Amino acid sequence: MLFELDHLTYSYEGVTAIDDLSLAIPEGSRVALLGANGSGKSTLLRLLDGLMFGQSGVIWFRGEELCEEHLADESFSFPFRRTVGIVFQNPDVQLFNPTVFDEIAFGPLQLRWPKKEIRDHVGEILDRLRIGHLKDRVPHRLSGGEKKRVALASVLVLDPAVLLLDEPASALDPRSHSELVDLLVEWGGGAKSVITATHELGDLEDIADRCFVLDGGRLVAEGQPDEILRNTELLERTNLIHAHRHRHGSGEIHSHAHIHKDAS
Amino acid sequence: MSDVHVRKRGGFIEHTLEGLHAAMERALYAETVASRRGLLQQLDPRVKVAGLLSLVVAVALAAKLWLIGAILALAVTVACLSAIPLRVIAGRAWLGALLFSGMIATPAIFLTPGTPLYGLPITVQGLRTASFLVLRAVSAATLMLALVYTTPWNHVLKALRIFRVPVVFVVILGMTCRYILLLLETAHQMFESRKSRTVNAITPAEQRRLAVAGSGVLLGKTLQMSDEVYLAMRARGFRGEVFLLEDFHMRKLDWLALGTFALLAAFSIWAGR
Repeated sequence: MLFELDHLTYSYEGVTAIDDLSLAIPEGSRVALLGANGSGKSTLLRLLDGLMFGQSGVIWFRGEELCEEHLADESFSFPFRRTVGIVFQNPDVQLFNPTVFDEIAFGPLQLRWPKKEIRDHVGEILDRLRIGHLKDRVPHRLSGGEKKRVALASVLVLDPAVLLLDEPASALDPRSHSELVDLLVEWGGGAKSVITATHELGDLEDIADRCFVLDGGRLVAEGQPDEILRNTELLERTNLIHAHRHRHGSGEIHSHAHIHKDAS
Repeated sequence: MSDVHVRKRGGFIEHTLEGLHAAMERALYAETVASRRGLLQQLDPRVKVAGLLSLVVAVALAAKLWLIGAILALAVTVACLSAIPLRVIAGRAWLGALLFSGMIATPAIFLTPGTPLYGLPITVQGLRTASFLVLRAVSAATLMLALVYTTPWNHVLKALRIFRVPVVFVVILGMTCRYILLLLETAHQMFESRKSRTVNAITPAEQRRLAVAGSGVLLGKTLQMSDEVYLAMRARGFRGEVFLLEDFHMRKLDWLALGTFALLAAFSIWAGR
């Protein structure tokens, strides 16, 4: 098993973000963590990446406990950081180097890759994400979509076996959104594990083969994407869909809950 | 609608936004100068850190005004030959140094016992003490400006680590640089948002309230974002050490510069006794 959570609880200054959560994520799976804003998705991703640690409960990563003590040990933290990469929702927090090239090279440098290998890999990922023209630019001055691509590249360059994505499509225009979904579907030839926190249901069947629905930090449902998408009562209850008035081709205006199948 | 009217309505916010924008530009300016061709830009960062810091030590130890003045003149010449305009040196090194050291030094002019100067309520000894303080501050600020404006920030940090400066100190310096930009960006967005919702003139009382409330919110937001930046760095394997793609190599020019700095510092310490 890739990750196993056993009665995990995490609170921010008395506000519970993850509440007695137990779930298991197998190797090579593509998982969607679904939930409205504040449901605990982002917190869960940080916990899975060993950036924060629960007040109670345990996370197991490939049979080893993911705890502060283990991550302080280089023999655990080096392979773990090499294996698991996270892309934050806000790309600004991931961009702190003087140029885009330096930004993408930051991770491999920290993991002490040979320098020639770093240059080659950075060049490849710049081409793959079509951001080669940005390599000498200052990251803070890029557009929202460009920042998102650079943040993604800075993690993909490590070629992690496990990718944690926090709302990857936010701030992307429809074309970039579609390209991102294609990239994630093709990435690693399907052999990688991808865990995506999202409230976008349009691409669910493309990016996930297993879904966990969170509400108030608790697991309220799990299943395959089509099962979850059919359960409109669950989606309405967890604020993933809502009813709103709109016009159909016939000119009739009415309201009902529905899912938008594109990002626009 | 006239320009005057527009300025009057949004004056405070627009002025603040302009100030924040200028501050962001200034924060990024050093990287621009560091990529230019110039005297110091050609040197290995370790030589610059060791050489310029040794001159700062010489300035601090010097007991002769002419010597501090000579080091200041040298620092200005080197900075100008390194593509740093004189107005930038004056605005960013001298102004702050003069302001802070001047505030501390001014009372000494009047309070230090000694010979009155031309019958004025100031003494020669007081003036001399104040001059030492101000000149030392201005010279040290100019030397450090020459270092940070001609060397990419992460190269400075790596050089500091090579000289065994503790990891904690280097991490704090590195994070501070990033936080300044985050703070400015966040403040800029806050004031833009405020501007978009402002239709009436802002009274001075409202300006004060806005500034105080904004400062509190800004501090909270920046702390939260700073935490996230640190998490993002840790997520990519950061453990406090600085690694660069470029390796530092000492060339003939670097050895020559190092020798020159060593001679200058040694002479200054000897002559300044």
